[in-house]
Amino acid sequence: MQARLVAKDIACRRGERLLFRGLSLACEAGDAYHITGANGIGKSSLIRILAGLMQPFAGAVEREGAMGLVDERLALDGNRSLGQALAFWEGLDGSRDPGRAIQLLQLGPLMDVPVRYLSTGQKKRAALARLINRGSPIWLLDEPLNGLDGEAQKTFEALIAIHCSGGGIAVVASHQPIALPSPRILDLARYAA
Amino acid sequence: MIAALLKRDLGLLVPGGRGGGSVLPLLFFLAVAMLYPFAVGPDAQLLARTGGGVIWVAALLAAILPLEKLVTDDLEAGVFDQLHLRGVSEELAMAVRLFAHWLAFGPLLLLATLPAAALLGLSGETTRTVLLGLLAGTPGLAAVGLAVAALTASLRGGAALAGLMVIPLAVPILIFGAGALARPDPGALLLTGAISLGLCALAPFAAGAAIRAARQA
Repeated sequence: MQARLVAKDIACRRGERLLFRGLSLACEAGDAYHITGANGIGKSSLIRILAGLMQPFAGAVEREGAMGLVDERLALDGNRSLGQALAFWEGLDGSRDPGRAIQLLQLGPLMDVPVRYLSTGQKKRAALARLINRGSPIWLLDEPLNGLDGEAQKTFEALIAIHCSGGGIAVVASHQPIALPSPRILDLARYAA
Repeated sequence: MIAALLKRDLGLLVPGGRGGGSVLPLLFFLAVAMLYPFAVGPDAQLLARTGGGVIWVAALLAAILPLEKLVTDDLEAGVFDQLHLRGVSEELAMAVRLFAHWLAFGPLLLLATLPAAALLGLSGETTRTVLLGLLAGTPGLAAVGLAVAALTASLRGGAALAGLMVIPLAVPILIFGAGALARPDPGALLLTGAISLGLCALAPFAAGAAIRAARQA
């Protein structure tokens, strides 16, 4: 089955404020979208709407294929060691080769460290490792480069390229530049209400 | 999948071990049973007559203490978001958590009831009624606690509010559970069990809806 993610004419309201409206996007297999815009313009809300975690104020989202999400909420148990915290999700996802992502993101030496002792960038790398291990065709990424050092950024950009060339979809909300394979840029300011 | 969820929840909630739940609710429960004779005096008859009710009140209040950790941490960490993306409904996650929550405090509370009953000088007959009552009532207390914890998880000062909200909702369990001590027939115990089962059936849906509503805010 080909992965697909289509949003039709969606609007987003937070409290009394309409953040954006009339936004449509269509991702087919292999597409990479870069969502840009200033802070508070609704990038994170858009990602959560695409993920199905928030209801759009108007419009609809169609999804075909499993989704993986990385946002500022890492969902890793602070008191557990990184290995145990990741193992829970690997078990749920039925990951076939969890070692590969661990190696690519250089998490190997950290596996025995409790998650709460990890730095921001290390936690982010752990969340990205979970995303890769999930093996889902649709990647929804909210500021995935936050906290990553230059080398890890390059590694992850390369991983996105591999993901898209394999028929995956990546939707990346990021205020900083990120190298995506033939990205389509979606400037949220154009849809601001 | 359910097994993996249950294993993780038990790891978070069961007292002892790294990162597990706290034994403070149990110590609190025992402390009440220990302090009560000091407060009302060593009248063995009075203690035996009122002790069962005191155990019930202590159990209800002890059930409030672990609520703070029950939902808030995972909600803030986005665990339910990630589970949602994996097709695990909020209701299922909450049903599993309800079971884990009861396993983490119910059996230990029943065990702690034995020394508490000894401290209060309860007869074997009364102790048995209290134990059966708690066995029937604690799942209901866990269910009320879970639903309230989920409702208040995204609020500031939610923990204190949760404590206040649990008390009125737990009153029916207390009335029939502790009421069984005053009546020789098993009707009150059965009613306690019925209330508990009803609450256990409703709580995952209430808690699941609360988590979804918290995402929209």
